Amino acid sequence: MSKTISIPSNISPDKDLGTPAVESENTVSVSIDGRAITVPDGVSVMRAAALAGTDIPKLCATDSLKAFGSCRLCLVEIEGRKGTPASCTTPVEDGMTVITQNDRLAKLRRGVMELYISDHPLDCLTCAANGDCELQDRAGQVGLRDVRYGYAGENHLELETDHSNPYFDFDPSKCIVCSRCVRACDEIQGTLALTVEGRGFDSAISASVSQPFFDSECVSCGACVQACPTATLTEKTIVDKGQPDRSVLTTCAYCGVGCSFEAELKGGEVVRMTPHKHGGANSGHSCVKGRFAWGYATHKDRILKPMIRDSIDAPWQETGWDEAIRFAAEKFKAIQADHGTDSIGGITSSRCTNEEVYVVQKMVRAAFANNNVDTCARVCHSPTGYGLKQTFGTSAGTQDFKSVEQADVILVCGANPTDAHPVFASRMKKRLREGARLIVIDPRRIDLVRTPHIEAEHHLQLRPGTNVAVVNALAHVVVTEGLVDKNFVAERCEDAAFQRWAEFISDPANSPETLEADSGVPADEIRKAARLYATGGNAAIYYGLGVTEHSQGSSMVMGLANLAMATGNIGREGVGINPLRGQNNVQGSCDMGSFPHELPGYRHISDDATRKSFETRWAVSLSAEPGLRIPNMFSSALKGHFRGLFVQGEDIAQSDPNSEHVIAALEAMDCVVVQDLFLNETAAFAHVFLPGTSFLEKDGTFTNAERRINRVRPVNPPLQGLSEWETVCRLASAMGYDMTYPDAAAIMEEIAAMTPTFAGVSFASLDEKGSVQWPCNEAMPDGTPTMHADAFVRGKGQFMLTAYIPTEERSNRNFPLLLTTGRILSQYNVGAQTRRTHNSRWHDQDVLEIHPSDAETRGVREGDLVALSSRIGSTTLRAQITDRVPPGVVYTTFHHPESGANVVTTELSDWATSCPEYKVTAVEVAPSNMPSAWSRRREERRKRTSRIDVAE
Amino acid sequence: MTDDDIIRMTRQIAGFFEPYGHDATVDGIADHIRNFWDPRMRADLLLLAEKSTDNLQPSVIEAVKRLTASD
Repeated sequence: MSKTISIPSNISPDKDLGTPAVESENTVSVSIDGRAITVPDGVSVMRAAALAGTDIPKLCATDSLKAFGSCRLCLVEIEGRKGTPASCTTPVEDGMTVITQNDRLAKLRRGVMELYISDHPLDCLTCAANGDCELQDRAGQVGLRDVRYGYAGENHLELETDHSNPYFDFDPSKCIVCSRCVRACDEIQGTLALTVEGRGFDSAISASVSQPFFDSECVSCGACVQACPTATLTEKTIVDKGQPDRSVLTTCAYCGVGCSFEAELKGGEVVRMTPHKHGGANSGHSCVKGRFAWGYATHKDRILKPMIRDSIDAPWQETGWDEAIRFAAEKFKAIQADHGTDSIGGITSSRCTNEEVYVVQKMVRAAFANNNVDTCARVCHSPTGYGLKQTFGTSAGTQDFKSVEQADVILVCGANPTDAHPVFASRMKKRLREGARLIVIDPRRIDLVRTPHIEAEHHLQLRPGTNVAVVNALAHVVVTEGLVDKNFVAERCEDAAFQRWAEFISDPANSPETLEADSGVPADEIRKAARLYATGGNAAIYYGLGVTEHSQGSSMVMGLANLAMATGNIGREGVGINPLRGQNNVQGSCDMGSFPHELPGYRHISDDATRKSFETRWAVSLSAEPGLRIPNMFSSALKGHFRGLFVQGEDIAQSDPNSEHVIAALEAMDCVVVQDLFLNETAAFAHVFLPGTSFLEKDGTFTNAERRINRVRPVNPPLQGLSEWETVCRLASAMGYDMTYPDAAAIMEEIAAMTPTFAGVSFASLDEKGSVQWPCNEAMPDGTPTMHADAFVRGKGQFMLTAYIPTEERSNRNFPLLLTTGRILSQYNVGAQTRRTHNSRWHDQDVLEIHPSDAETRGVREGDLVALSSRIGSTTLRAQITDRVPPGVVYTTFHHPESGANVVTTELSDWATSCPEYKVTAVEVAPSNMPSAWSRRREERRKRTSRIDVAE
Repeated sequence: MTDDDIIRMTRQIAGFFEPYGHDATVDGIADHIRNFWDPRMRADLLLLAEKSTDNLQPSVIEAVKRLTASD
């Protein structure tokens, strides 16, 4: 059993111990300046000294990076050894006696520091890093008092600062070429965008090939800025505003990775977001969104006053909270009086906290008295909920992120982690560089297929819509070639279901050779990939919306689960089925009972015992019938039955498919209430706007893709004066159902009391433990990093039959291409947040990727405006010609509302959950010279519906 | 929902359960619709089946009979 020595209580856990921890089965005893300490075998002398309380001066060393041994500041003497070895690169040995400080070492260190300082600006008092500069600290530590060489010799002091990156400056005149930035880019981020160019005195840090940072391959994750010990790489906010004076530990509100950050402030103003070294999800790493793109929280577009209007064509009237809530409640009550209890409903948001989501679903069930509550996971991961519940017993990713470090084979299907889950992608890439083997299933050549030091062994470049054909073919090979883990299946899975499945999947109809005609993936490649997955050691599956957003989304999730069970790749570290959730709290919003058929904790509304427990707690009678799902709400609205909607932090008019259909449904409603930061696309159809809070003002929890419940702590009070949960409580009360809580912690107390998997969760326990992964209860008080370890949640695992049924969306003579959609690194979802930051400099518009051969036959050139048309609608985009997409496939993103990607997507959806089939739309592309009719209508509508009459 | 929506959705559900054999398919369709469809959607289906079963799968028609009995 390997072990690490826990950091002694007198050492701050945030202290930089110089070199990384080492796991070892053995410990050794060493003497540091006469003090004995026992440490794991293999740690550096520097780390051992730090654990003993002695800081050996260092510049190129930091405990997030491998030891490098270049700065020569950390020299020590070791009894019985010649010279003065670098303590960072020298491992401890049992019985070693180390001297870290004497006159000889002091003189050597001062000499080294003197050389550094002789070529460093002496502008400390006006330097942005003043107060946070390791060079300055070390100069003080070694007692440097003089630079004998003077400053007149050849130097780098006049080098110009690169201001090109919108978030940080690169000032090479302050660089000591310690390579920490280069190593951070290599080891932590895995982009390898930085290098040391030149030799000796000419050595200089270079982004790509001596390019400005903005033009280079740098992805602005901030790892280099974090690693820099001087002011060479510094956040512009720090340059502008100075060092922070306090910090609040909180959780990023972007993707489902859920990174922990220190929000650093001056007074009430955030000046920097620093990734938290001990963050369970990110371990000190970040991406361009979480690290830098938080300026939207105070953007001038933010609405801070409640607004109401009788008609969507009328200007908004600013008003007070009481009036806005009364107005909304009266409208909803009137609708119910005229059209019945079931005529209104609500949509919860995966961008909001668990507590905020919980109160919305409670408001719908208790105050609206129906189950017409749904969540944006409907349009992303609802098939995950269905598929994993059927096979394993609950809707949950099976691993923690760290598990990937034990994976030998990684299968990425319908996910683009380097763009959509970048911090986890860095962890994955690290494991791949260590030798794990990679299978990618994607119609598009995502970056992971071939990126520095990484190449997929198999890229199964399937035709959009044929996922199930591919997963069935993989499973066919596993079964027919005798690669099933018979012991696992016999012990852990239902035998009858397995036998039925094995017979089904062995049918030649599911062979790679048969299905090649549909999927376009060579049978031989499928066979090799299946053998690798089944026999390559620990095999882990990571998937995204390329799996779920199909007419067979739920079938595909079950197909992946079948594959994992058949090969025994479930229930331990390094394996599993891992849905990469799109938004920060997709997992949490689903956990909180946001689906119309489920109460919190994934328990069906028709389950009498569960329903009665909520009826008792809430003192209300609950309907036992499932309510409407989002697409059903729209259909019902068009029939005149569904007439009132509360929308929490979602932009359904932009994000949901078939925009014109959504818009017609919203226009048909009598009252739409939008709770959001900005007047988004949906607000154009709203009658009440309730200003929301940014994550920097929220008090609550987010649950990330690994089921990790993280605290979200308020940095400031709500800028608009009221927390979102309180707004919802007041609306519920105005509807006639008294709903009050003293604070957000009390909401979590209720969640824990009502939801078995959350029984051990409270704000106090999270503050103490940092984070926990549910289930967290009496049986698992510290949470559950790996699910289904001894038994599946449902008992025995259940193999499901997943016949491949082609989507009804087919390319044809009129629409010969298939459109698939996705995300890009710098933008997030509908872009409401990231478009209001400098991130738009990387992606100021959505573009249409098209293969050179498809472009040529249509006369389309790079950058041309093209009309993208489907049987549903038409929009215009700029073309980007690339062989990243295969012939016959085009691709775009949906981050900018004016692009109208969803104007062309269709009504088709997953058979089980109605999750839209965003990933397959038959389209045609043609050169265009003007914006589409839809685009012109949208512009006119925006002008008409976003007028605000400001209150005096 | 429109009739076309209902026909398409039930056809998809039936397609998933078909490999399980006739009886399990009918059970699967009925259970799925009962568990996940709002009562108004179920009513729309029953109404459509009353008008015409021409475009409904045979297994869906049988499932509708079970739903009619239980609803």
